[in-house]
Amino acid sequence: MQLQSMAAEKLSQAALPADAAIAIDDVTLRFVTPDGHMMTAIRDFTMTVARGEFACVVGPTGCGKSTTLNLVTGLLRPTTGDVRVMGNPVTDISRDIGFVFQADALFPWRSVIDNVAAGPLYRGTPKAQAYERARDWIARVGLGRFEKHYPHQLSGGMRKRVALAQTFINQPKILLMDEPFSALDMQTRTAMQDELLGLWSEQKSSVVFVTHDLEEAVALADKVYVLTAGPGTVKSVYRIDLPRPRVMADIRYDPKFVEIAKVIWNDLREEVQLGQSRTLQTGH
Amino acid sequence: MTAISPTTSQAAVRDASIAVAEGRARARLRRRHALVIGLRLLILVVSLGLWELGADYNIIDPFFFASPSGIWQQIWVWITEGTSQGPLWVQIYVTLEETFLGFVIGAVGGIAAGIILGRNRLLADVFSIYIKIANSVPRVVLGSVFIIALGLGMASKVALAVVMVFFVVFANAFQGVREADRAMIANAQILGASPFQITRTVIIPSAMSWILASLHVSFGFALVGAVVGEFLGAKQGMGLLISTAQGAFNANGVFAAMIILAVMALVVEFIITRFENYVVKWRPAPFNEQGT
Repeated sequence: MQLQSMAAEKLSQAALPADAAIAIDDVTLRFVTPDGHMMTAIRDFTMTVARGEFACVVGPTGCGKSTTLNLVTGLLRPTTGDVRVMGNPVTDISRDIGFVFQADALFPWRSVIDNVAAGPLYRGTPKAQAYERARDWIARVGLGRFEKHYPHQLSGGMRKRVALAQTFINQPKILLMDEPFSALDMQTRTAMQDELLGLWSEQKSSVVFVTHDLEEAVALADKVYVLTAGPGTVKSVYRIDLPRPRVMADIRYDPKFVEIAKVIWNDLREEVQLGQSRTLQTGH
Repeated sequence: MTAISPTTSQAAVRDASIAVAEGRARARLRRRHALVIGLRLLILVVSLGLWELGADYNIIDPFFFASPSGIWQQIWVWITEGTSQGPLWVQIYVTLEETFLGFVIGAVGGIAAGIILGRNRLLADVFSIYIKIANSVPRVVLGSVFIIALGLGMASKVALAVVMVFFVVFANAFQGVREADRAMIANAQILGASPFQITRTVIIPSAMSWILASLHVSFGFALVGAVVGEFLGAKQGMGLLISTAQGAFNANGVFAAMIILAVMALVVEFIITRFENYVVKWRPAPFNEQGT
């Protein structure tokens, strides 16, 4: 197969491995809009993420990328099909899950340390212990001098570091990320991607990372899911065999990286065009 | 490709000129601040002076429209000799007590109702129509009902102040709860917060700036409730003082009572602002129009 030699192997989704960290099996999600219409967000969607694997989901705007994450958290329930996390059906918000949001989801009335300690405190960890762990995590993301600062006193990149510490302190086995770095400038984004890969390789969590930026997906992931224009379903899956550890600032000049990105972009382009023409027709 | 950087001597010249520019900018800010204060004083002096002169030359009839010196004399008489219904301090104290009781009861009730209805869609949908109706009734009219039901004492004034305060605070608390950021709630949920923890640590703090904004307005409403209640029938208080002055065609008395009420409101407003700054110290400093 030609693709294999290019380190971007197109995978077929035959059988679901039994020990997957996340298994979304043939899920369709419909919901009724406030004006009474039935909307299909995603259909016949199948995806598996092995333990410790880094999966990225790319697709055109409005194809249901974020919906897949909410299925894993349990905030949304599938209309048909089955979602399993660590082998168990999703019933409630699992303690194993961490979520990094696109928008700023820090609590603006809490200082950095109070924000980071929030998770353990909510989960009933004694105060002293929660703050000790929070201090440790703040140091790990390099914000030791800013413990007492409030979010509005920090830059966008620093706030994202706080958000990462806030999520990682719960030591999630599953890490879900919804375009977490899309609002950052290029240099900050590159730094945050390195930070994320560093934390991930220590924690060995399984990651689903949603992004509209294909290069970000290829640079970070073990596996890239390309979705079709809405209602979203998996168009193709690629395995990215770039060696790790990866350095974000350099990887985009790697010829192998460029080649992989080109192959996947050819696949994604049609969907993006379809999505855009549809947006122009319907006006939303 | 060569990198270009300024020489040291150029940098030194630049630093010196920056210091000069900064000094000029600071001086300009100070001058502007002084100008604003000066103009404010000027407006006060000119308007009071024109009023006084107009009264002296009978262009403005002091019998109907009072005069600054007459108002000041009235306040002085009240302070030194007391009012027809007892010492001035007692009147102020009575009105303040009614206002505070009404304010606290109304605010606490409004906040509690706002949070409960804001967190519960069904209750909100059911009650919203009744709240709209109750809110559109001119509430001052209820003062008469309260005086009939609760008598001339303190209870009827407190009740009127409560009614005045409750709806304002309720509407703001409700809106504040509804406006709480969805991502922030989801974040707390995934971090492991229970519904009660979400209400306590996410919903209430994010509604707090709405609630505090309403407290500013509603203290004024509580004062209106208490004074109108006294106006309608009372044994003591600033409202009764106004109504007595009105009955005696004492325009100076009405204005004097009004000024005392305004000072009371300003003092409490100042205290509420201090409290607000303490509670929401996490907020970025707001744009300050006074330049102070």
